Amino acid sequence: MSLIQEIDFGTPRSKSEAMVTLTIDGQSVTVPEGTSIMRAAMKAGTQIPKLCATDMVDAFGSCRLCLIEIEGRAGTPASCTTPAMNGLVVHTQSERLKKLRKGVMELYISDHPLDCLTCAANGDCELQDMAGAVGLRDVRYGYEGENHVFAKSGGAPNAAWMPKDESNPYFTYDPSKCIVCSRCVRACEEVQGTFALTISGRGFDSRVSPGMSESFLGSECVSCGACVQACPTATLTEKSVIEIGQPEHSVVTTCAYCGVGCAFKAEMRGEEVVRMVPYKDGKANRGHSCVKGRFAWGYTTHKERILKPMIRERIEDPWREVSWDEAFNFAAAKFKGIQAKYGRDAVGGITSSRCTNEETYLVQKLIRGGFGNNNVDTCARVCHSPTGYGLSQTFGTSAGTQDFDSVEDTDVVMVIGANPASAHPVFASRLKKRLRQGAKLIVVDPRRTEMVESPHVKALHLPLMPGTNVAVLTALAHVIVTEGLVDEAFVRERCDWSEFEDWAAFAALPQNSPEATAIMTGVNPKDLREAARLFAIGGNGAIYYGLGVTEHSQGSTTVIAIANLAMATGNIGRPGVGVNPLRGQNNVQGSCDMGSFPHELPGYRHIAGDTVREQFEAMWNVKLNPEPGLRIPNMFDAAIEGTFMGLYVQGEDILQSDPNTKHVVAALSAMECVIVHDLFLNETANYAHVFLPGSTFLEKDGTFTNAERRIQRVRKVMTPLNGYADWEVTIMLGKALGFDMKYNHPSEIMDEIAALTPTFAGVSYAKLDELGSVQWPCNEKAPEGTPVMHIGGFVRGKGKFIITEYVATDERTGPRYPLLLTTGRILSQYNVGAQTRRTGNVVWHAEDRLEIHPHDAEQRGVRDGDWVRLASRAGETTLRALITDRVAPGVVYTTFHHPDTQANVITTDFSDWATNCPEYKVTAVQISPSNGPSEWQKSYEEQARHSRRIAPAEAAE
Amino acid sequence: MSSSPEKLVYMANQIGKFFQSQGHDKAVPGIAEHIKKFWDPRMRKQIFAHLDTGGAGLDPNVLEALTTLKKA
Repeated sequence: MSLIQEIDFGTPRSKSEAMVTLTIDGQSVTVPEGTSIMRAAMKAGTQIPKLCATDMVDAFGSCRLCLIEIEGRAGTPASCTTPAMNGLVVHTQSERLKKLRKGVMELYISDHPLDCLTCAANGDCELQDMAGAVGLRDVRYGYEGENHVFAKSGGAPNAAWMPKDESNPYFTYDPSKCIVCSRCVRACEEVQGTFALTISGRGFDSRVSPGMSESFLGSECVSCGACVQACPTATLTEKSVIEIGQPEHSVVTTCAYCGVGCAFKAEMRGEEVVRMVPYKDGKANRGHSCVKGRFAWGYTTHKERILKPMIRERIEDPWREVSWDEAFNFAAAKFKGIQAKYGRDAVGGITSSRCTNEETYLVQKLIRGGFGNNNVDTCARVCHSPTGYGLSQTFGTSAGTQDFDSVEDTDVVMVIGANPASAHPVFASRLKKRLRQGAKLIVVDPRRTEMVESPHVKALHLPLMPGTNVAVLTALAHVIVTEGLVDEAFVRERCDWSEFEDWAAFAALPQNSPEATAIMTGVNPKDLREAARLFAIGGNGAIYYGLGVTEHSQGSTTVIAIANLAMATGNIGRPGVGVNPLRGQNNVQGSCDMGSFPHELPGYRHIAGDTVREQFEAMWNVKLNPEPGLRIPNMFDAAIEGTFMGLYVQGEDILQSDPNTKHVVAALSAMECVIVHDLFLNETANYAHVFLPGSTFLEKDGTFTNAERRIQRVRKVMTPLNGYADWEVTIMLGKALGFDMKYNHPSEIMDEIAALTPTFAGVSYAKLDELGSVQWPCNEKAPEGTPVMHIGGFVRGKGKFIITEYVATDERTGPRYPLLLTTGRILSQYNVGAQTRRTGNVVWHAEDRLEIHPHDAEQRGVRDGDWVRLASRAGETTLRALITDRVAPGVVYTTFHHPDTQANVITTDFSDWATNCPEYKVTAVQISPSNGPSEWQKSYEEQARHSRRIAPAEAAE
Repeated sequence: MSSSPEKLVYMANQIGKFFQSQGHDKAVPGIAEHIKKFWDPRMRKQIFAHLDTGGAGLDPNVLEALTTLKKA
């Protein structure tokens, strides 16, 4: 193994299809028009010396090192800013160029420390490389003069010297090593889109400045790491590199955080991760990253990780560490006992959207084949199950229609109930890049999110009341239908015309107009009409949506309304358009694809279908139950009722993530055996009887499928600290239960998936190694996968319009609970926070806060930072207030990353009509000043503390 | 919401409300199919038991759908 060296072409790729041919150093080179001479030379294998150029940002032409000579042209132009043209004859090396470059380097080095041996960038420093490349042997100017290098000069403090900024938990900024190439500033602008950095001062005073000469942590910096990646010296360096040293080998793998699915190089020294660097060839992220994937992987070696299996008879007992065999036998005996006593259907399991496709597939196989029932569900139940239902009804398949590259061809983006800047940051950066090029943005969200207003981005914002999505979307449809903006040719060709006519007649009803619905939605009818017109006729229109769409009583209806809108405007079936659910967890798309839902086998095929079920029966050599099983909320109800008594949960903290915590506690407490298979003693483990230690994405092989249906490899870079990858643990648990599953490697599991699932028929590890990734469907018809779906026609045949009548949720505000609570995420934390809370990311978000409008706060005597009691019909908790006009009057907002807040004590049992996806996004609440934790928080804390005790190991004899 | 059968009646009526705008002739089979596809047998058994005792609280289309589903 060696370190993967990605070629830096110096300037970005040109998308032009016209080609030009020129001669560089006697070699003929053909490149797309618009390519720089620097890039053309690199393509021919000639690396022109450079410092300020790198292919992640546009050419800048400041370092003057990449000078060239062009026959027939005067002077020595910079090759990074000079485009290749037909017939040019270029020389990259001459006596004049050598002299000029050496002079430039001499000046650079005259204001740079010569501590190369002890420098963190030693071995990975472009300045050092360039000094070598130009043959610099001497610096004639000395180091005594004015400089940025030394703290003192001539015994007196040096005003030009600045100390290291170590405020960011993951990287340092050492101004003494800066050559002011601006790569960091441009990366922050062009790649990330945050504009946190600038160059302050002029000439010799020029400095990289976060914000207004603030610390990195105190500035707008979101710690995406793009600047660190761009820096050619040790000025911006990962703290892990400073501590450990340079990596010696690297492996390409896939991030285990959100559904964007960024490809990373895990750069290693032995089995120790030195750093994670985004991989340029990653088709989801194209070389970019966010603070989570880039930096927040330290949880892998966190001291709280549980590495030994543990069991206990009762949840009141302390845990007892046991051998794997004892744990499996204990669990198997319990499950068999429950089935003997309460019946075959009294046990079930939950697959993990954080685990690999192969692991998820095995858990559902164990449940269907080994437990003999279909009581399998996954966290998608509580996030995107309505997407599955809504899109399969309308289009015929349960997934997003595009790849992320598609956004580069979009003219109008509608973001509904999603905040990609926080939850899907790398996609947000790609989207913002497109917006800065001129695409238009519509944001439908109760909050003024980071997407509504960010540098050089201003959205048309429709701030609706939580729970009125369907009314707003139908009003958009009303405008499109009544103002004659329907793409009739598309609808006639691709959709069922009579269903369209029914739908159009419904949408046109006066009660669905923006003016009539404004009283419920709170959206200004004029803005809504403008948004509808913009989306219908503004060019390629794409809809991106998140859990603000799905987590409602009418979640599935809203997904259908989105599909209707895309069809009516002809925005399906080509690059730049489409319906794009932004999936929350790294492999939630995959866990759904792998048959994690109780009613369907891998590939979204209903369990009642004899043909498909028989294929699985033949392959698994077991008879399968043709009846759908319980969904997660149904499991809880059945547990309380006494008919569901055993649960195997892999990599999911249902107690913290599922709504109405008290109800979940009651359900888990009622069960006789809960098996938690996880990295940490999470909240669910407080109610568990068996704990099986899990492994992280760094410790196993497999695949994840991201929100664009892209299947990407996860590659093992270290031995599992707990001893086994999760897929091995599931196999061993199955064996103890008498259900044999035999695989030597996850690739064999994928082969079985491919053999049984038509959309995966062409997927194999060999193909993934060859192509990097594929998007399903990947089969005979599309051997390299399918970036854009429904080209030329819908998967189901004709696109189906379905009427979407607005039905108000029964969760209503009233005198006792006059405010509406909605919930969401923050950039630095992920889901229940089990991983990110165990990293340096806590500096950005150490607690959940309650956002409240100044008007509502004033009425209740609440000041910023005060403790407040937040109460709903389901429960109450306390947290600190954050006063902001991001939320409208009458609406409050919080995150759910911290178990000591337990936002889900507040959320209720209401759920989507079709899928039982919980209504997290609407809860009627009241708030009042408070002195401290609620009774619930106190007793919860006490129970958790008590339940997490681990009995000391017995002394060896 | 308490536990079943009130909860199941509520869930069934929620399904009914979505199909209502499609008219009686599409709604009844739509509701029946949805419950058949997505409810586990014990949930169906419970709602059928409730149906046998008169089906109090069930909206008309839902009542009809469950009646046909039970016979099937």
